[in-house]
Amino acid sequence: MNVTAYVVLSGILFTIGCVGVLTRRNAIVVFMCVELMLNASNLALVAFARQHGNLDGQIAAFFVMVVAAAEVVVGLAIIMTIFRTRRSASVDDASLLKY
Amino acid sequence: MIAFWILAPVMVIAALGILFVRKAVHAAMLLAIVMMSLAVLYAALEAPFLFAVQIIVYTGAILMLFLFVVMLVGVDASDSVVETIRGQRVLAVVAGLALGLVMVLGLSQISLGTAVGLDGANKGGNIEALANILFSRYVFAFETTSALLITAAVGAMVLAHRERLTPRSTQATLTAQRMKDYAEHGTHLGPLPPPGVYARHNAVDTPALLPDGTAAESSVSRVLAARGTVRSAPARAEDIEPIQGQIGGAPHAGRDAVAPATTTEVAPATGEEDPK
Repeated sequence: MNVTAYVVLSGILFTIGCVGVLTRRNAIVVFMCVELMLNASNLALVAFARQHGNLDGQIAAFFVMVVAAAEVVVGLAIIMTIFRTRRSASVDDASLLKY
Repeated sequence: MIAFWILAPVMVIAALGILFVRKAVHAAMLLAIVMMSLAVLYAALEAPFLFAVQIIVYTGAILMLFLFVVMLVGVDASDSVVETIRGQRVLAVVAGLALGLVMVLGLSQISLGTAVGLDGANKGGNIEALANILFSRYVFAFETTSALLITAAVGAMVLAHRERLTPRSTQATLTAQRMKDYAEHGTHLGPLPPPGVYARHNAVDTPALLPDGTAAESSVSRVLAARGTVRSAPARAEDIEPIQGQIGGAPHAGRDAVAPATTTEVAPATGEEDPK
């Protein structure tokens, strides 16, 4: 069985996540698209682990999941803090450092 | 491979849906579909441990966090359609299509050969094999992960903590404020009026009626008023005539009090009874 199809699927999902990060304005949805990209890379790692017959890829995917969990906790806390002070979850509204 | 060909279209469609749905809740649900399908693919790729971790950590924990934040931020926090940078959306889509094309074409050109498979590596169980590697070769990364998790937890607590800037208002201060409002503006001292209780309708979204027939606005929650879901009490009584016709009963005598807005329609009906 060939893993090329899995890698192509992972590439498609990564691209969709990329476009989502670039086009969506809601910070929560942008964050979900980042998660989608991480998941896509995980799929590639697991597929390549199977291709090469060793488990390093699965360990890497596991670490990606751990880092993603930590990142989500802090990221969502930041989104909540910004929402509490500015009453908006849009990424365009948090632009005070621009000026 | 059958699981792959079933799940791959589902995942791509769900992921594309995240780009187009307006509400964050729907995006979270579509992301759940993608993550569950990914878990099944992990199982198909001989990674049973990651299958369980994907479901527990991603679908269970991370997605729940997302839903909690969506709940706190408010479901109505949908995307604005205003473009801050002109042409940014079109450019992003073009760049994304280019990236996707390059990835799909490039990845499908290379031939990886037949997969080795994990039967040898998974001998004695996938979890045992993973643990052997994790606690020998990757033990430093594993320990660093614990520091990362603690840092993230402390960071989230610091960000979520809110310092109280004003003293906490006690019952005594609230009462004093109420008395002051009464003395200065004549605000009603007692509790707010309850919502209307009618013979055929009894819910918090229906206002009570004042003696002159107007609705008492303070009897419904102002959240309902802001959402625009407050029903009008006279409208509740509009279908009373047809129903009475169906059951063959006499017209309601006290209807004028309930539905002042429809007195013109009622007038002939009550006129028949007036001779009494």
